[in-house]
Amino acid sequence: MGTGDHSMRKYDEELEAMRSRVLQMGGLVESQVRTALDAFETANLELAQQAIDADKRVNELELGLDQMVNHVIARRQPTAGDLRMIMGIAKATTDIERIGDEACKIARAAKWLREKDGQTRVNRVPDIRYSGEAAVSMLRRALDAFARLDAQAAAAIIKDDQGVDDHFRAILRQLITFMMEDPRTISASLDTVWAAKAIERIGDHAKNIGEHVIFISHGVDARHLTPDEVERAVAQG
Amino acid sequence: MDTALATDRLAGERIKMNVRNLNFFYGKFQALKNINLQIPEKKVTAFIGPSGCGKSTLLRVFNRMFELYPEQRAEGEVSVDGADILTTKEDVALVRAKIGMVFQKPTPFPMSIYDNIAFGVKLFERLSKSAMDDRVEWALRKAALWNEVKDKLSQSGTSLSGGQQQRLCIARGIAVRPEIILFDEPCSALDPISTAKIEELIDELKGDYTVAIVTHNMQQAARVSDYTAYMYLGDLVEFGETDQIFIKPKRKETEDYITGRFG
Repeated sequence: MGTGDHSMRKYDEELEAMRSRVLQMGGLVESQVRTALDAFETANLELAQQAIDADKRVNELELGLDQMVNHVIARRQPTAGDLRMIMGIAKATTDIERIGDEACKIARAAKWLREKDGQTRVNRVPDIRYSGEAAVSMLRRALDAFARLDAQAAAAIIKDDQGVDDHFRAILRQLITFMMEDPRTISASLDTVWAAKAIERIGDHAKNIGEHVIFISHGVDARHLTPDEVERAVAQG
Repeated sequence: MDTALATDRLAGERIKMNVRNLNFFYGKFQALKNINLQIPEKKVTAFIGPSGCGKSTLLRVFNRMFELYPEQRAEGEVSVDGADILTTKEDVALVRAKIGMVFQKPTPFPMSIYDNIAFGVKLFERLSKSAMDDRVEWALRKAALWNEVKDKLSQSGTSLSGGQQQRLCIARGIAVRPEIILFDEPCSALDPISTAKIEELIDELKGDYTVAIVTHNMQQAARVSDYTAYMYLGDLVEFGETDQIFIKPKRKETEDYITGRFG
């Protein structure tokens, strides 16, 4: 299912413009998250500020996309695949913008940690890096699945979210150990918890984008299905 | 589409009209091809499709309107509550009293508003003056026209506005107490406000009647109907709940038509 071939060419152009805008916004947020994770790992204030500043552009893109959604609903009365595409775009936009917000949280945690001298040990909790990489990979694949309307790829992302959730719990256990061993790390460990939680939320939003892709391509609302049920629904077509 | 599929989608509905293996010919031209369809009771079923797809023809078969023209013929079965209306020995006027029709252009009779309503009733029933007054008021109220015309019942029906005339025609159809009301493009000659009134009325009518509506306006079908049938070149391509048809149609042809990809 594509956006093309409407009798009214302008409608095609509008839908295509919206799709590319979502992908543009997604790409921007993906690099924002990477920057924030780098900032966190290296305690680099400059990178952290870059990630925070990038959010302005992401927010602008969100507002622009919402306007386009309103315009198409008001002017074109979309139905069927077009309707699902527009609903999917509107929802994916919200998720992508939230991911940007989570990137800012990671960047802010990086700044706080930097300001607490000598306590950067917790920055290097290795699971933070693995968890961050897993979440970024989910996001990138969710955007790919959106670009290609690939429901099978989307179903796989939904399954992967469990991994990111498990990482978060492992990080929490590690940090609790740190804090018990040396109460002076409590403040820094808590900052790290916020970053870990933000990463976990990024995984959730990427999973949501996967669910929107399945709704667009298959008309199946996957939000409250188990990963196995989603796979079955997608396989049924 | 086979009947079994149609039945699945109507689980829980009482079937008012059952169309089986219906073929229809204008002379040698076949306008309807093996239509199988069930119309649920007290629901609105919309027929959509491009010009010439057979949707108006189908509606005209439903109350044997086609019999006015000798070269037109229908084969198959159209049953209402189990009785085939195509082969019944019942007088065709009685069939049409049971299955009323409202047309594209309002067609008030050149007589008073009151007589427009009473005319049809007199063909089938002998009512006292007061009973007839009650019937006229009841029909006009049902058609949401009473308040606008109650003080000018003796004025000519043609003096009303287009939207009022259309509601007068609906009242005329209702007055003979039909079971099914067929609407053939009832709003295509009306402005948006009159259209909204008719759509509101259709929604109310389905509490008491089974309604079938043919419309070129897809958004109208989406607004007023519970079930939608998409037709193309004399075939019934897809039939289903209106939400399903407009959110996730099963057939690509339906999707292409309702999303404006029909070229």
